[in-house]
This record gives sequence, C-alpha cells and structure tokens, in this order.
Amino acid sequence: MQPSSVTERQAGQSSPAPLHVLTLGLDQEVFALETERVLEVLDVVAVTTVPNARRFIRGLINVRGRVVPVTDLRSKFGMGDAPTTPDTRIIVIEVVLRGQLSTVGILADRVYEVAELPHASLEETPRLGMTWRPEFIKSIGKRGDGFVIVLDIEKVFASEEAPISSPAGS
Amino acid sequence: MQMSPDPADTFRQEAAELLEQLEATLLDLEGAPENHALVDQAFRALHTIKGSGGMFGFDAVAAFTHRLETAFEAVRSGRRPATPALITLTLSSLDHIRSLIVSPDTAEPSIGAALLAALADLDGPVAAAPLVVEAKADVPPLPLKTTTGGTLSRWTVRFRLAENVMSFGTNPLLLLKELRDLAGDGRRCTVTALTDRVPLLEDLDPFALHVAWEVDLVTAHEQADIEDVFIFVADDAQIEITRHEEEKAIAQTTQPVASVIAALTPAAPPQAARPSPPSAPEGAGSIRVQAERLDSLMDQVGELVIAQARLRQLSLGGDPALLSVVEEVERLVSDLRDTTMSIRMLPIGTLFGRFRRVVRDLSQALGKEVMLTTEGEDTELDKTVIESLNDPLVHLIRNSIDHGLETAEERRAAGKSGAGTVHLSAVHAGAQVLITVSDDGRGMNREAIRAKAEERGLIAPGAEVPDSELLGLVFEAGFSTAAVVSDVSGRGVGMDVVRQTVDALRGSLMVDSPPGRGASVTLRLPLTLAIIDGLLVQVSGGQYVIPLAAVEECVDLTPAEDARWTRRNFLNLRGDLVPFLRMRDLFGVPERPEGFQKVVIVTSGGMRVGLVVDHVIGQYQTVIKSLSRLLDEANQFSGATILGDGSVALILDVAHLIDFAQALEAERKAS
Repeated sequence: MQPSSVTERQAGQSSPAPLHVLTLGLDQEVFALETERVLEVLDVVAVTTVPNARRFIRGLINVRGRVVPVTDLRSKFGMGDAPTTPDTRIIVIEVVLRGQLSTVGILADRVYEVAELPHASLEETPRLGMTWRPEFIKSIGKRGDGFVIVLDIEKVFASEEAPISSPAGS
Repeated sequence: MQMSPDPADTFRQEAAELLEQLEATLLDLEGAPENHALVDQAFRALHTIKGSGGMFGFDAVAAFTHRLETAFEAVRSGRRPATPALITLTLSSLDHIRSLIVSPDTAEPSIGAALLAALADLDGPVAAAPLVVEAKADVPPLPLKTTTGGTLSRWTVRFRLAENVMSFGTNPLLLLKELRDLAGDGRRCTVTALTDRVPLLEDLDPFALHVAWEVDLVTAHEQADIEDVFIFVADDAQIEITRHEEEKAIAQTTQPVASVIAALTPAAPPQAARPSPPSAPEGAGSIRVQAERLDSLMDQVGELVIAQARLRQLSLGGDPALLSVVEEVERLVSDLRDTTMSIRMLPIGTLFGRFRRVVRDLSQALGKEVMLTTEGEDTELDKTVIESLNDPLVHLIRNSIDHGLETAEERRAAGKSGAGTVHLSAVHAGAQVLITVSDDGRGMNREAIRAKAEERGLIAPGAEVPDSELLGLVFEAGFSTAAVVSDVSGRGVGMDVVRQTVDALRGSLMVDSPPGRGASVTLRLPLTLAIIDGLLVQVSGGQYVIPLAAVEECVDLTPAEDARWTRRNFLNLRGDLVPFLRMRDLFGVPERPEGFQKVVIVTSGGMRVGLVVDHVIGQYQTVIKSLSRLLDEANQFSGATILGDGSVALILDVAHLIDFAQALEAERKAS
C-alpha cells in the first residue's frame, strides 16, 4: 500500500502504466480514488455523531477496533444531503492529514468497480467549466461516454468548509 | 514482526543512556570530588563508550573517548583532583561525543581537539596517548598509564570467557590487546591460545568461543589494573591471575603463537560477533525491550479489554457456568492490564536527572547561583508522558532561572540567601500526577503581564481579571514580558510549548506567584494515556464517557430545578451553589428528554460544575483511542472508545467542554 507510487508514476510522464482506481458515485457524478489508498469498502453501519464537529464529518465508526471518522464529501462539492440507500457504502481509505497518515471513511452513494484508466485518457483539470475547486481534482479520465473525476483527496480534506470556490480558483 | 535492530542504532541508544548516566555521575562528582566510587563509575562508562564505539565503527568516538579516558585515568589514580574546571571540560566533551555519535560527518573535529588541548593544559601535561583504535597485531601499544611507581612483576593471566560472550558484542582480541598494552613499551607479553576445548569441525558452533588464553606479561601495573581488563566479561568467565615474584624468565610456556589472530581463526572469526546487538549482561534482573513492542502490547491489551466487555454483555442472563468463566476472564484481563501498564511506567527521576545539567549550565551562563532541589523522583508515569515532558520542563526551568531568580546581590538586598532555588516536585493525586516547577525568586510581575495582555488585546484595558487567569496569560503564544530577548528565554515561545504539550496530554496548568516569594507552575497530568476509568452517560441518542477522575458525584435533577430551563442554571448542592450545564444544550439538541435527568458533578481547575445528562449508565473502563486529525477542532472530546456492543463513544474533555460552554454563553449574551 504505497499511496505515493501513483503520483510518482504520474510525474514520470513517459511511463505508460494505467491508473488503477475505485470508481464511486456521488449524486450524478462519477469520482475515482487510487486503489493504492483504499483499504476496504463497508456497508453502512451505525455512526456515532460528534457534536459540534464540522459539517462534512458524519461521525465515527468502529473498523476492526479502530475509531475512524466518516466523512461526507457532498458538502465539499456543493451537493445537498442524500438519504442512505441500500447502495450506500463507506470506503475506508488512507490519507495524510496534517503530516500524519490517517484512516478515514468516505460515504459514497454507490461504489461501481475497480477500473484501469489508460494513461492516455487522463487529462489535466480544466480551469473553467466546473463549480468545484480545481485543486480538489487530480485529473479527469474518460470512461465509455462519461468522465471520471480522479480526486486529490488530501486537498479535499485540507480545505476549509466553503463548498464552492470562486471561479478560476483565486 | 519486528526486525532485529541495526547494531549501530543499538550503540547510539546505549551510548545516549551511558552519556546521560555519565553526566549525572559527573555532577555528583562535582559535589563530592573525593568519592572514588563515582570516579570509577565515570571511568567505566567512558570505557564502555570507547569499547562499543570502536566495535560498531564509530572510530572517531572511540578515539576521542580514549583521550578523555586517559585524562580521567589521572583522576582515578589520584594524580589529579576532580576540579570543577575538569568537570566542566568533561561535560563539554560529552556533548562533543554526542555530536560525534549523532552526526559523525558533520561534527567539527576542531572542537574535539580544542577540548583535548584544554584538558591537557588543565594542570600540567598528562600523558596524551596516541590515537589508535584498530586492533591490529603490529600497532604500537597504548600507554594507558605511564607513571606507576611500582616495580615490574611477572603475571600469568589465564582466562576462559563464556561461550556465548561474542554474541554480546565482546571481542576477545580487544581484551588481549589491553593486556598487551599493560606490558607497556617493553612488550614482554606472550599470548598462548588454549585450544583444548575446540571441538571437531562437525560439532563446531562458529558463533561460540571455544578458545581460552594464557597471557604471560611483565608489567608495573597492579592486579586491580589487570582485573579491570575483564570488567565487562567477568560474570561468566573463569579468570586466574597469578603473580610470579620478581621472576625474569618467560621461557616455560607452551606453544607460543605469533599472532593472536591466528589463534582465533579456527574457532570463530571475530566479525561473527558484530551483527548481534550487545545486550546488557550486567543487569540480570532486567531486560531491554524495544519501546514499540511495549506499545503494541498495550494496544493488544486494549483490544482485549474491549473484547472482554463484549463477552460480558453477551453472557448476561445466560448460562451461570459461562458467567463464572466470564468473571474469571474479567479478573485476568484486569490483572494483565495493570501489569502491562506498570511495565510502561518509569520513575520521573530519570527525567529530573537531566535537568541538573541544564541548571548548572544556565547558572554559569547567567552568573546566578542556583540550586536545584527535587522531590518525588520515585513517582511513576507512563513513558510516553515522561518523554513529552522534557521540553516543557526545560522551558519552565529556563524561565525560572532567567526571569524568576534574581542575581546574588539583588537577593541579598531583598534579605534572601545568595543562592536561588529551583524546586522540581512530582506527586500522585488520584489518577493524576502533579508536577511542579517552583523558584524562590522575585515572582511574576503582574503589572507587566497586564500591560502586555492589554497591548496584545487579550484583555480589555482596566478589566477586572481573576489573579489566576491573569497569570495564566503567560502561556499564550508569543507572550513574553521580557524587555530583552536573551539566548535563554524571552522569545515568548517556551511557555506556549508548555501549554501545547499539557493540552496534548489532556492535562491542565496552574500558576501561582505570591508577590516577592517566587513563582510556581503546576502541571496536572493523567498517569497514562492508554486507559482511563470513566463514567458512561447518555445524552440524546449518544453515549459519552466522563473521566472518573473528574467526577465527584451524581445527583438527580429535581423537576423544580429543571423547570427553570432557561432562567438560571444553578443547583443547590448541600448549601453550595453549583452551576450546571445542559449537555443537550451544548450538543445542539433542542428537545428535552423524558423522565428524570441526572446531574454529574465534575471538578475542573478547582471549579465544580454539574453536567446534565439523560441517564447515567455506569462505570466503564475505557481504552482511549485518539481522534482523527479531522476532528482537531472538536476539542470538547479528548478521544473515543469502543463500547461492548462495538459502537463508538466519545470521551469528554471536561476542561475544554466548560470553556466551550462559556464561549457559547458569551455568544448568546452578545446576541
């Protein structure tokens, strides 16, 4: 499990290795996380809410004896709340928070599959045409007819609560 | 699982401990220069650093320590007194050895040379030895002693070391070399290998030492000097030292061997001993354990406590036979937990010892006479707590000496003794420990603190602020009343470090300063960071743990008191007025619960506060899980725990919860 290997691979542009990602659905969008950082995918369990915590933190769950926060990225992407459905999952990932490797759960409306995104299909984040902060997004891949948005999850967690950024990312 | 540690790391760690020990010994020696036991102790420590330094390739360390050892040898033989100047130089030399160990490449050799020159100048030249560390057969011997007035005698030293001695890092070649060095320049030393116990090749264990040696030497040294060669291996070795009165012939020994290396090769190459780390053969009653293993043991015991709680819940109302087994397991788990915790406990004296050097150096740098007194060194604390206390205590001590204590003249003018005192104490108070740093200096300057606080906008100009709160402001970041920033303190960083560390340890700070009679800062800390006893309560749908150490009692909230929902929140507790906080209110739950609520009376910072909860579920032993960095802002909670049913409960941080409530109240009043 080496989250850094992906970025290294991306940095070395000559390498044609495809990007392995887990694709998930939030609202109508398809997002992707590098498989290297995904630990497991869980069904929704009882979540202990943390009073007075920031809005995108749903609460805490017990993952095999570890206390892991569950986050809802909807608010980060300016989406409204969604009810829990039989498709809802918690994706447990590893992420570096303030210099510390931490385990965090992410709520997903759906989890699709583990996919390979060919290197050639990955594109830089366009600076226009999105309501989200460009720094949240590592790259955009094409899959079938649609787009897959590869998240820069560390940046998402590091950001302040404001869900929608000003255009052109100041 | 764990890899065997890098031998060089083991050396670094051992050397760090030895240097620390040596430092303490030297400081003791300064107070009692005639104490031979202390001199010997210091010498042994130097000797070990030299020996293992050479063994693990820290040649610069070995060479430098050797020279230092030579200087100390003069003290040991009584030819030089242990003067404060010598101690100072030796302490600086220790720092140099430290830097040689930590960063051998960047350490400045000129510092070492200067120190050695200063040592040599100290009171006339003491024979400086040539810098030789390799154990080659043809190097000139090191004249460890040059001036021992005794006559020459012939000795036969016959020794057989324990078979496993090389796995502890002992290199027999070095012992032989030391013996040969005793013979001095005359080189009248014959080494004979006794190979009678070397087994046949198929039975040969290449890591064991099968060879014994007989060494014939003529030397002016005493028997004690020869015994010293074996100082670290004597435990399991057979050593015979016989003196031949004034004999001169050396001819009758058997089978002389030209080179000791030749004798050694059939048994075991000396390098075979290198990869295994040296354990401490001298401490038969204790073993060295890697800290990470202790940490994982603690984690596993923590899991066991949680699993046990689940087991208990499942067994309730079941088979009585099962229940009795569950109770048995419960008792065992509780014992195991206590034992594991006690393994992690260290006496705080290990930490206090380090500050003697800090105080000594500072008092010299500032020209103030300072005495450090300590109390409660035996008080035990979790090792992680002790480790994190080093920096804050150093800051507090620096602050006391730099700002608190006056100069000797000022003190005498104020009718005090010339020497100031810094007092460190540790004492248990329930599940907490109180660590106090106090001085008998001029005390804190309330006017200066107020002026600075007003300047920085921390308090309104002229506002009435309780004394303890005013003094507590010095722990704000960047808060310094020092007019001049010195090397020692005044940047306003130190006190901030103190507060952050104490916060991180879930502790609290108290400052007291009776005007003119010094100042004291008390750190109140939990004994351990791993497990606490708590009271499990329910608020709305959630369960929370209140640390039992903070809980005084639980009372009912009478309907009459409850009816005054918003007007005033005071409780009449046996005649005392106790304010209470409604947890539902604090957690943003607007509805009121059904049935009688309970009030848990807690104390925090000397204040009694009631916390209104829906139900009190009971006492609960809790394994603390730290909260994710994502929840850094939710500081009303110090951690979380996993309950018997597998769900997560939050642990309340009572002090921060009260702060939060006060902030909330102020906000509401303002709006």
